[in-house]
Amino acid sequence: MEHKEYKSINKSVRKKDSMQLLLGKPVYTDDVTPKDALVVKILRSPHANAMVESIDTAAAKKVPGVVDIYTWEDVPQTRFAIAGQTFPEPSPYDRLIIDRHVRFAGDVVAIIAAETEKAALKAMKLIKVKYELLPAVLDFRSALDNPTLVHPEDDWEPPCEVGGDPKRNLVASDDEIHGDVEGIMAQCDIVLERTYHTKAYNQAMMEPFTCYASFDRYGRLHIISSTQIVFHTRRILSRALGIPKSKIRVEKPRIGGGFGAKQTAVCDVYPAFVAMKTGRPAMITYTREESQIAGSPRHEMEITLRMGAMNDGRIRVMDLYTLSNTGAYGEHGPTTVGLTGHKALPLYTGSLEAHRFHYDVVYTNLQAAGAYRGYGATQGIFAVESMVSELAEKLGMDATAIRDMNMIKEGMVMPAYYNEIANACALDRCMEHCRQMFDWEERSKVRDMGNGKIRTAGVAMGMQGSCISNVDVGSATLKLSEDGTYNLIIGAADMGTGCDTILAQMVAELMDCHVDDVAVFGADTDVSPYDSGSYASSTTYITGMAVVKACNELKKQICTIAAGMMDCEEEAVEFASTCVRRTGTEQTVSLTDIAYKAQVGSTVPAETTQTHTSPVSPPPYMVGMVEIELDKLTGKVDILDYMAVVDCGIPINPNLARIQTEGGIVQGIGHTLMENVTYDRNGRPAESSFMQYKVPTRQDMGRLKVEFEHSYEPTGPFGAKSIGEIVINTPGPAIAHAIYRATGKWFRELPITPEQIAMSLAEE
Amino acid sequence: MEIKLKLNGKNIAASVEADTVLLDFLREKGCLSVKRGCDTSNCGLCTVLMDGKPILSCSTLAVRADGHEIHTLEGLQEEASDFVGFIADQGADQCGFCNPGFVMNTIALLRENPDPTDDEIRAFLAGNLCRCSGYDGQLRGIRNYLNSRKA
Repeated sequence: MEHKEYKSINKSVRKKDSMQLLLGKPVYTDDVTPKDALVVKILRSPHANAMVESIDTAAAKKVPGVVDIYTWEDVPQTRFAIAGQTFPEPSPYDRLIIDRHVRFAGDVVAIIAAETEKAALKAMKLIKVKYELLPAVLDFRSALDNPTLVHPEDDWEPPCEVGGDPKRNLVASDDEIHGDVEGIMAQCDIVLERTYHTKAYNQAMMEPFTCYASFDRYGRLHIISSTQIVFHTRRILSRALGIPKSKIRVEKPRIGGGFGAKQTAVCDVYPAFVAMKTGRPAMITYTREESQIAGSPRHEMEITLRMGAMNDGRIRVMDLYTLSNTGAYGEHGPTTVGLTGHKALPLYTGSLEAHRFHYDVVYTNLQAAGAYRGYGATQGIFAVESMVSELAEKLGMDATAIRDMNMIKEGMVMPAYYNEIANACALDRCMEHCRQMFDWEERSKVRDMGNGKIRTAGVAMGMQGSCISNVDVGSATLKLSEDGTYNLIIGAADMGTGCDTILAQMVAELMDCHVDDVAVFGADTDVSPYDSGSYASSTTYITGMAVVKACNELKKQICTIAAGMMDCEEEAVEFASTCVRRTGTEQTVSLTDIAYKAQVGSTVPAETTQTHTSPVSPPPYMVGMVEIELDKLTGKVDILDYMAVVDCGIPINPNLARIQTEGGIVQGIGHTLMENVTYDRNGRPAESSFMQYKVPTRQDMGRLKVEFEHSYEPTGPFGAKSIGEIVINTPGPAIAHAIYRATGKWFRELPITPEQIAMSLAEE
Repeated sequence: MEIKLKLNGKNIAASVEADTVLLDFLREKGCLSVKRGCDTSNCGLCTVLMDGKPILSCSTLAVRADGHEIHTLEGLQEEASDFVGFIADQGADQCGFCNPGFVMNTIALLRENPDPTDDEIRAFLAGNLCRCSGYDGQLRGIRNYLNSRKA
């Protein structure tokens, strides 16, 4: 394993924006945009499935301050997708800006543009809508081939073939088999078959969806949005509005959290449309309720898993079927589902001889799902890891020992992961490290505390990827300034994760300067080099390599300019931090002089743009262990300690990698114990505010301890893999395992609430 | 309605609608550190100090500030600067959208209890949600600050 000493890499430097953020400076969309914009509000359907028979806006338009109100009759008729994905998107073109056919309780019926919020809300009450109610598909288990079609329209269009058929409510399907699944299943001593269910969790980022649209000095549409995907948003708006991409500019300021929610252009099209219609700046900011009921949450999934193993604990075969609920529109539907198999099954490459992975993704008349940190891997890993723990308990084996026996190890080929090779894998060391740190042997024992409470522990492993292989593109522009400092310009989006900082650390390492001497700007479609955007755990790995390439190229150009200045061959000079030296001599020219030279009669620029993509997506790995205290009377579960050891290759910034891990673990704890999504009779989420949707507070997450095991990924920058998503994947199965050890009951549906636990114990 | 208040040390008079909430009033007055996260008094992002006590400005009418003193983070930059660097050193600022509310409440905590235990910090700040950091980094930052004062 390569492990160099670095000056700026593997160092916990402060985030570049940290003091701005901590001192409350105005850096977010609503802070940096002018206040004179029209307020955009959306009248939403109360019904899950209906046709707008008639809509009367006459009285509403008379409200003083109302500028205009738009209905289905006013919008372009080209269907589009709002998923932020590389073209051609796997997500179907199934939306209109306003559709006469409303497909979930929360779907858009009218767009109101007004001078003030008050006027807009007053007008909203005066719009008279007559609906023709249609039967609704509210249970995703009955969606496939249901006589009620969510998308009966003829102009439904898949940009690429993913096995969908809207006449069956089917968005995507596939079936992949490796090896003799049934033959090996028949040879196994023990075969388990179970079904697991996870909900449509909300990202609940602190800044709700928000977007501002105006016109720039050339009269082009200028979007300032809280988005992870500036380039995809430009493409989406171009199609939805029917205007050329050259007439649109999309930029993001600081983003108040994303977690994948802002990998979908959830709200951007509405102010953009209003701006185009009125010629005036327009702004929308979703309420928390809108963010909860008309956002872009996790795909609800039901996973049926069959696992065949031998009595000694050897796991030989898995057959995993996923039914995924994409809701009323197909954003990210065809792709999230793939990770339930491809980023769960490979954990057991060590012993797995055969596998089958098949799935269906269905439409329902519920809120459309989207991208959420983990992106299907979270759901798949809940199923696979829960079952491995159940197998261990059934066989009387230690749950960490069965994993030691079966897990993926470095150098193995992963048939369930596109036959990629695990070039960097420290999962075995993560397990051993976590076992020691946590004191698994002692703390996994079931201990009756004598007061109605039981303490015990659970374990789970996790993996993810580091980009979408052969798809994601990252780019970096690096410029030398006249004082020898650098500007790094990216199209990736720092949404709080710290990518601006870790990419600057890479520049500092390679250009041998201080991190403070690297200014970072991102992201703006007019200025930034193309980047797919910040998602799929790709920024460190993909954009990071683009930064490495840009540094190497810029060094060459700097040397070319310097060689000209010293009147020698390029081969005769070497880059030396603040200057270029003629090799073997004391003759140097400073970066300042080189930068000025590039500005006078020069054809060699002191700047470069480099691009990177990757044919592989190296998985990071992780082990999580949790100690809980369970109250047998009330069913309440308290997290005492959550410890994790992560292999993300070489962490570029250990502090930021640690915080990512801690934050992901706490989100996972929320999904497992308290964040629920239930629906009323119209399929509207009951958990429509933070009153009902309980995200963990700092009193709900116990004590965290996170450490790292390094591996060195040869295709990543400085040996790095990803960190952003994997961290949410272990709490579900680890906590469910601990609850089993405390109660003897397996809970296969999340969240596991106190009442479910108490009721199951009361049944005894 | 006409109101008079002291905002970040300055006496101001303003005319507000009866139903204007303090959060919107403060943002209009340029105090953009005050953030809206939930509308239901659950997230703590809009925390400001009224007469030195932390309140949620999303659920306080602007007229309630009449005759009172309001501080937002804009007015307490120096006091905040004492400790927020320690949080930055943990990388715990993350997306930052919850930071102003959380920093305001931390100021209130430290004024009331200059030497809190970890559990006292968790309890006092329990109403300040953060979706990014997992909270422990914020706690480590505050703890390091408290330790630095003792050193």
